[in-house]
Amino acid sequence: MIERFLGWLGETPWSVALLESLYVWPLVESTHVLALGLFVGTTVMMDLRLVGIAFRRVPVQAFTGRLLPWTHIGFAVMAVTGLLLFYSQPLRYYHNVFFRVKVLVLIAAGINAFIFHRGAQRQAAEWADDAMPSRAARAAGAVSLAAWTVVVVTGRLIAYNWFDCDLQPQPDWVNWAAGCAAGSE
Amino acid sequence: MLEPFFRWCESTLIGRAVAESVWAFPILEAIHLLGLCMLGGALLVVDLRLLGTGLTGQPIAQLARNARRWLITALAIMVATGIPLFLSEAIKAYYNTSFWVKMITLPIALLFTFAVRERVARAEGLEPGVRGKVVGAVSLALWFTVAAAGRWIGFS
Repeated sequence: MIERFLGWLGETPWSVALLESLYVWPLVESTHVLALGLFVGTTVMMDLRLVGIAFRRVPVQAFTGRLLPWTHIGFAVMAVTGLLLFYSQPLRYYHNVFFRVKVLVLIAAGINAFIFHRGAQRQAAEWADDAMPSRAARAAGAVSLAAWTVVVVTGRLIAYNWFDCDLQPQPDWVNWAAGCAAGSE
Repeated sequence: MLEPFFRWCESTLIGRAVAESVWAFPILEAIHLLGLCMLGGALLVVDLRLLGTGLTGQPIAQLARNARRWLITALAIMVATGIPLFLSEAIKAYYNTSFWVKMITLPIALLFTFAVRERVARAEGLEPGVRGKVVGAVSLALWFTVAAAGRWIGFS
């Protein structure tokens, strides 16, 4: 089902045009990379604050109130350009091990941010001005730093075809992780 | 004129080791990108503030002082990974316009950041003046050029 849909998606004229374009694809990809500086950059600064090792004199609420809108703009740019890049080669990315890990960790990072904003930040009145945030807030910051590191690294490695399904033979775990069709299909 | 030097760079032990390894270049690239993230964050916290947005309400001088350590850490990561990346494909870089745009803008951006921006940020109070805004905008423009040209090395 998913395969068939993605196969169809990759054959739509706009998808083909995007992949084959001389400048549009590189421009979308470059925007995706440069937006890292805005999105992950501001996220990392806030995480370092949450962990308690940077900007200790700046209240956490200044970060969540004043810097977060910029993080959101960065995320919007990353999401739009990221979806476009996926749209240019849906089936290839779908079967790319690094892409799969990236999406899973991306979801984990999202859940972590959601829990933080629902929970720890709500009690922020008690600790927001402290140099050292609450234990839950520090944990959220540390998880976020780790998750985004994995997302950036696996994101960069998507470009490499080491584990692609059409490069057989691959170890069993690769075929399993990439969801490669086993021979007969 | 410089071409023999670039040839020598590529023949160095590190240059050849990175070029011949399957994993070295991608891993160095990924770490280079992580450095970019930290650099972007450390720059933006101060530049946005100089432009009158972002962490408004926080003293500019204090933000600049706090961000400096992360800015230097990020630059150290980028240089430490950037040099072996360059060594592994120095000859390609020599004939690459984006590489030269990056290498000419980079020292200008570094000089501007540590000689001009640093001083202006430390002298600013709570409300950035016109000078602060210009410095924030120039800083963003310079580093944007470095990063964009850097990404474009791989496309041209």
